[in-house]
Amino acid sequence: MDFPLFHLDFMGNRMLVAVIAILHVLINHALAVGFAPLVTLLEFRGYLKSKTKPDEGKAWDETARKLMFFAFVITTSVGALTGVGIWFATSLANPASLGSLIRVFYFAWFTEWIIFVLEVVFIMIYYLTWKKSNESPRRKRQHIRFGLFLSIFSWLTMAIIVGILAFMMDPGSWIEKKSLVAGFLNPIYLPQLVFRTPVAMMMAGTVALMFVAYALKKQNKWKTNILKYISFWILLWMPVAASGAFLYYWHIPRAMVGNLPVALGTQQFQDWYGSLVTTMIVVVSIGFLVGILGTFSPRRLPKHLLIIPVAASFLFLGTFERLREFIRKPYVIGDYMYANGILVEEYPLYQQTGILKHSPYTAFSEVTKENNIKAGEAVFTLACTRCHTTHGISSVVRKFERMYGTENPLNEDAMKTYIKSMHNVRYYMPPFPGNEEELGALAAYIAAQQKRPKTLEGPQIKGVDVKEIEFETQNE
Amino acid sequence: MITAILTQLPVPKDIPLPLPLPEWLLIFILILSFLLHILFINLMVGGSVLTFWYEWRGRKNKDFDRLAREIAATITVNKSLAVVLGVAPLLSVNVLYTLYFYSSNALTGNIWISVVPWVAVAFLVLYLHKYSWDRLADNKPMHLGILAIGIFSFLLIPFIFLTNINLMLFPERWGEVEGFFSAMTLPNVFPRYFHFLTASMAVTGFFLAWWFGRKSFTTETKFKTLQKNEIKKQMLNLALVATGMQFIFGPLLFLTLPAKGVTWGLFWVILAGATIAGIIIYQLWIMINEVEKVPGKRFYLVLGLFTLLVAFMGTGRHMYREDALSTHKQMMAQRTAYHWEEVQKAHENLLLPQVESEAGSFTPGQNIFETNCAICHAPATRLIGPAMTEAAPVYENNIEALKQWIKNPGRKRMDFPPMAGFPHFTDKQLTDVAEYVLQKEWE
Repeated sequence: MDFPLFHLDFMGNRMLVAVIAILHVLINHALAVGFAPLVTLLEFRGYLKSKTKPDEGKAWDETARKLMFFAFVITTSVGALTGVGIWFATSLANPASLGSLIRVFYFAWFTEWIIFVLEVVFIMIYYLTWKKSNESPRRKRQHIRFGLFLSIFSWLTMAIIVGILAFMMDPGSWIEKKSLVAGFLNPIYLPQLVFRTPVAMMMAGTVALMFVAYALKKQNKWKTNILKYISFWILLWMPVAASGAFLYYWHIPRAMVGNLPVALGTQQFQDWYGSLVTTMIVVVSIGFLVGILGTFSPRRLPKHLLIIPVAASFLFLGTFERLREFIRKPYVIGDYMYANGILVEEYPLYQQTGILKHSPYTAFSEVTKENNIKAGEAVFTLACTRCHTTHGISSVVRKFERMYGTENPLNEDAMKTYIKSMHNVRYYMPPFPGNEEELGALAAYIAAQQKRPKTLEGPQIKGVDVKEIEFETQNE
Repeated sequence: MITAILTQLPVPKDIPLPLPLPEWLLIFILILSFLLHILFINLMVGGSVLTFWYEWRGRKNKDFDRLAREIAATITVNKSLAVVLGVAPLLSVNVLYTLYFYSSNALTGNIWISVVPWVAVAFLVLYLHKYSWDRLADNKPMHLGILAIGIFSFLLIPFIFLTNINLMLFPERWGEVEGFFSAMTLPNVFPRYFHFLTASMAVTGFFLAWWFGRKSFTTETKFKTLQKNEIKKQMLNLALVATGMQFIFGPLLFLTLPAKGVTWGLFWVILAGATIAGIIIYQLWIMINEVEKVPGKRFYLVLGLFTLLVAFMGTGRHMYREDALSTHKQMMAQRTAYHWEEVQKAHENLLLPQVESEAGSFTPGQNIFETNCAICHAPATRLIGPAMTEAAPVYENNIEALKQWIKNPGRKRMDFPPMAGFPHFTDKQLTDVAEYVLQKEWE
């Protein structure tokens, strides 16, 4: 697989994916999966109340409708576009991996898409017919039913995508079974689902709480009761979230022991695992505190501080999403393709003959004294830029400076030795996919970058070199 | 960048995995889902232009302002369907044309990715426009300005898509382009754009004639003087005139297509489509003169004709793509096959006896040291970690402590980076390397 390799030299290609994907996950957890059932429930309560206390029932219904408006606007604009944006961004960041995954997972994503279409149809029906649904109790009941369908389909989209992601995390499934079902039977799958569902519910609760606190006027005599109810919702989901968290926490190391050549004990994993546990505890506790305060003393609920549980749960989810990074590295597709987009199977060829001569998008086929630095730049592009930049986020120059210190300029021989064997020491690094000369060129390039920093512009700015490569045609 | 007079043709290696479905089925899914997607995109773009047009006229005649609002209501639904229906063709083109599509994505990357925030913001702007109608009733210039931002976006964003799907057809140009704008000026992006824009207006006119012509749409309660028939007439006028315009933009598109993908088959398919378009124009003319019957039998006949027209054009579009790429696809397949032969050979080479670079073979302990430790620990100088002359003596008679440290290092020297651990080493490996470290004379 050869592609012109899109590259962002400050932000880094991974960050592009991360920003879009995490924003999408925040919206779909807090404003779709968790929000739809909460809003439906509030509408249902309003419906029940309207039988004996029409004014109160109307207030609950109107609050539910306002909440739904907020979710409708955000999910159908930013939510939808960041979802598509994940496709755009991952295709740019690692076209080799996306191109391969979509061949194996086409059905899964197609199914997911059908359910998405239904979810979009339901959310439009649910919001756009709200006002009309108040015309009669029968219409209202039907409307609530749509809310229920929306909630179910929202949850289903999450259930499916989590299965796909679980599959991608488990290297064994790809090689041995190459089947989708394996993803859904993966030991991490159910715990992850049991954990995400209540977290989504809680996040939705914190967002709704904040929205109601600001949107409803102080004079609104029903405001307090509604805040109380939403707080109770948060509280109710908390023990489920805590059990899901524990289940997940219990499963991670067991799953990873089988998956990684280097399991527990590496410094970084332990640090990260520790931070995950801390964040889980902090977030669940905050949810608990807010839930208790809101349920028993809603008037004391500090409006402006409500941003804290919202931010905290968002922070948690962002940390949580990094889990996949750890389990997957150095591969992007376990045991099949390394994070640099190069296949495990191709390594012997590249390490014996070099990688430059096989790439149509580099000007040179081999390293010479004259083209050493330029060839090094080409090697850097091919082997490193999926995850690294020159001087931006995850800068290679900075990494080496941190290792060797900044007293002396970076030593090319030391870097050569390091890059050659780093996959033994840093489990998340792929091996170097080139020959000795290319290794030297790469080290020379990095040293030159330290001496005279120069941004590496991607082909989306400066275009791409093209060279023709000899290949035997069959009929000769 | 090489600026050769003869641009080199890149022949990349293809994805070495089978298609998930038979190719013909994927193509069917691709064309069908794309046409559905583009239908709603047409309605979204045309709808927003018409909203502006009528809201502008609505400054003098309140009925037109009301009409504009009705049109704006359709955009809410159409835009969401447009986006969600875009996923299926996106995935299908990713699968069928992976190398082509991803390459053109990369070459136009920073503008391509801007679609994501740009469309999201355009949608939010349209929501703002829709839901601030009453509040801004006495500030029409601002209200219209908000809509103008949305329309401006909808008129420019199609260029991003068109540039991308055009560039993917011309690998021979990939070495030439330098960023999005140079790709945008390649043939034949602009003719495609005008064809698309005109189609948006035609389709929207036809749709709204039906939307406002429905029995359930009552004008009496909504409009003071504007009659249903008048609305239908204006919409059908638009549909007819825009379809007529296509007889300029259509041939322009066809004649500016780079010849490499043009075949007789394509010509006949497009001609068939154009013939149907001619019939449509005639039927629309009749409908305008019997507008009270709309939507009646003739309307549904024309709907059927439009569907047929679009089917022909969609097929022709695909045919051009296939023909443009057929030779290159062959070359790519050959290159890929050759590559995997080479990969196989490289694997076999590994089975040949290795020649040790150093004289004699290493002990197991030394082997482990060279491939795991030597990259950070030099014998007598600081490399990344401390020199062995400094580190080894610490464990002089304490091999167990050394093994424990290697397995699970702590942090003693704060002016050094933390040491990575080796918890996966077996006890034998730890013993071998620890013995090597303690027995060697480091200097």
